[in-house]
Amino acid sequence: MENKVIIRVCDLKKQFGSNVVLDGVNTDFIEGQHVAIIGPSGSGKSTFLRCLNRLEESTAGEIWFDGENIADPKVDIDHHRQKMGMVFQQFNLFNNKTVLQNITLAPVIIRKKALAKKKRQNSRTRFLNCFRKEKQPLIEITETVESIQAEAERTARALLERVGLPEKADVYPSTLSGGQKQRIAIARALAMNPKVMLFDEPTSALDPEMVGEVLDLIRDLAKEGMTMIIVTHEMGFAREVADRVLFMADGNIVEEGTPAELFDSPKEERTKQFLKCVL
Amino acid sequence: MKMNEFFSDLWRRFSKAVIVEDRWLLYLEGLGNTLLIALMAAVLGITIGVVLAMINYINKKTGKLRVATKISNFYITLVRGTPVVLQLMILYFVVFSFWDNGIMIGAITFGLNSGAYVAEIARSGFESVDDGQMEAGRAMGLSTWQTMRTIIIPQAVRNCLPPLFNEFIMLVKETAIVGYVGIYDLGKIPGLIQSRTFDYLFPLLIAAVLYLIVVLGLTKILHVLENRMAKSDRNRGGVANGK
Repeated sequence: MENKVIIRVCDLKKQFGSNVVLDGVNTDFIEGQHVAIIGPSGSGKSTFLRCLNRLEESTAGEIWFDGENIADPKVDIDHHRQKMGMVFQQFNLFNNKTVLQNITLAPVIIRKKALAKKKRQNSRTRFLNCFRKEKQPLIEITETVESIQAEAERTARALLERVGLPEKADVYPSTLSGGQKQRIAIARALAMNPKVMLFDEPTSALDPEMVGEVLDLIRDLAKEGMTMIIVTHEMGFAREVADRVLFMADGNIVEEGTPAELFDSPKEERTKQFLKCVL
Repeated sequence: MKMNEFFSDLWRRFSKAVIVEDRWLLYLEGLGNTLLIALMAAVLGITIGVVLAMINYINKKTGKLRVATKISNFYITLVRGTPVVLQLMILYFVVFSFWDNGIMIGAITFGLNSGAYVAEIARSGFESVDDGQMEAGRAMGLSTWQTMRTIIIPQAVRNCLPPLFNEFIMLVKETAIVGYVGIYDLGKIPGLIQSRTFDYLFPLLIAAVLYLIVVLGLTKILHVLENRMAKSDRNRGGVANGK
């Protein structure tokens, strides 16, 4: 388990037209590690994060996750995205769904689809078995549509408990505060039981007094050993939670290290400049 | 002229327009034809419109379906750029010249026509949904279509209900044009009755009132639908199932 690479990024490039946003990024993300990505705006840090689950298509380069190069357009990215939770700056809760439905929606749809596929395969095997001498076994199906729904709701309620909002299960997102929305968004991402969580400036759209509750939750997640990649402007938070900090500028990683190394004794001039402005 | 003479004259004109020779049946028949054409046209229009709008939306968001988008844009330009009277005459006298079912041809014309307008309405509906909704769905591992079905379309429908009903109201009244190709819809009936009684007053009034009743009914349906869909609004408490 020690030092198992969960995402490997090789020479990742991203261009919008002639504008080069990522210029050959190389890095590894280790299982259980909490990585903070900091840097000035326009440095490509959000784009980098969004390239990792292909919300932005990269122009060139490789992203290895779960034994596959997911930057390859032929790969079934939906399957991999289920294992990468994403939390957005603008929360992006589904406005037409209640809080509970927000959390159960994706797991239910995906599991129901998998169930339907198994059933199809079974009826095919059953049909072909009529003509076979050696009967092939059927896939064992233990779940039903109802059990999937019930289990997803149980998980969702447990997650709501965990993010401290169990009483909000049946309300719509429009009634929640920013901090509550973001906590629900984190619960929603956790519902897929992801291997890695991607946070895209999770507190940037929040009122100052709500930043704390969201950071507390992320901190708890970190303590539980969730692998996390966090793009953030909260330097204090990055320092406290991260095992490793990447400083990005002009489309590449300029410097990286432990928070102590990077914040207290930066080597690169660009890093010093940036830290002087924000600290 | 004395008062009761005035009223008895009015009553005579009314009874000529409605009661004599069971003429009230004509209004009902015309109303039936109007509603039938409008209903079929609305169904066809929504189908065409939603498909075109979805092609456009998916093209905009993913860059796929480029040829389909070109075709749909051409269709919308063509239909919106020509008068519906001409479209009706082209379909009735040229394309379907072998077919004498005027009501069906009318319904097809207005369906094709309305489709282009509904496409624009639905497109604005789709665009009113925040991009983040699609991103969130995709980031959870749902496919484009799964996200469209569960997240984007329900929100888009809600956002474009008022202009959509506006389009239906236009449609109901616009179908009066089918009179041009000899179909007895509600708009044609007053002329028909006038040709027998030489009196336009009541036939026109009655037709107008009937149109008005249909439009009021549509408005009522819109309000009911809007109320039902407004449950996720902040100012309505945002609570599901009245809990």
